[in-house]
Amino acid sequence: MILSLSKDAIEIIKEQDVVLFRNRLKETAIRIKMSLVNQTRLITAASELVRNMLRYANGGMCLIEIVTRGRDNGIRLTFTDKGPGIPDIALAMRDGYSTGKSLGMGLPGSKRLVNEFEIKSQAGEGTMVIILKWSHG
Amino acid sequence: MDKIPILKMGPFLLVTIQVDLYDRLALTLEADLVQMVNKTRAKGVLIDISAVSIVDSFMGRIIGNIASMSKLLEAETVLVGMQPAVAITLIELGLPLNGVHTALDMERGMNLLKSMINDTSNIGDNEIEEDDLIVE
Repeated sequence: MILSLSKDAIEIIKEQDVVLFRNRLKETAIRIKMSLVNQTRLITAASELVRNMLRYANGGMCLIEIVTRGRDNGIRLTFTDKGPGIPDIALAMRDGYSTGKSLGMGLPGSKRLVNEFEIKSQAGEGTMVIILKWSHG
Repeated sequence: MDKIPILKMGPFLLVTIQVDLYDRLALTLEADLVQMVNKTRAKGVLIDISAVSIVDSFMGRIIGNIASMSKLLEAETVLVGMQPAVAITLIELGLPLNGVHTALDMERGMNLLKSMINDTSNIGDNEIEEDDLIVE
């Protein structure tokens, strides 16, 4: 069972918010003594998702949660936007696929960097992505 | 607006990225650097990312772009000082940065650039010698 210990919501509407968000995430990761490599993986994955949110949905919200499953702590991030949504998630999750001018590495790449990855989207209503990274492992 | 300084040292340009890059800053750096390569006729570009803790797919693409653009302007690019955690993350993300030269630190990067420039000038010399032989 996964319990949530703390919650912190950050609004991301402009590019500079990303730096602030990354710093907040870094502080949280250090507080739960996440290993450096896992911190880097988590922040990189988050950075990809935040960029998607800014580019395709003009921004959104991110909820930073410290979660625990007993001995191990982790960080769960929930990204919500009210953008156009993703019509075909399976296609968007494919390496190298992009509707923008990017490399198409963002979604599949961030999935590889975290322990849990969940994406829900409704065309015309928005997208929600939840990722979870444990401090160790 | 923030800018990342580009220093000229002999035939090379040095860039040390000390801050966390956001997208527009990275794009500005890309444009400035390519302009500088052209203006100074630099033979090499050394980018130090030892203070950078996050390189995501966008940053990776900018680094790749800088290398390809400089190449078109006859300059080599060497990326130095990548943190181990960044290397791990880049590969897992699926961004091997093919085509970008790397070195462990500034000194080795500088040596690599010098050797690359010498190599190309040697090739030029050899071609001239071959031409001479043909004439003979």
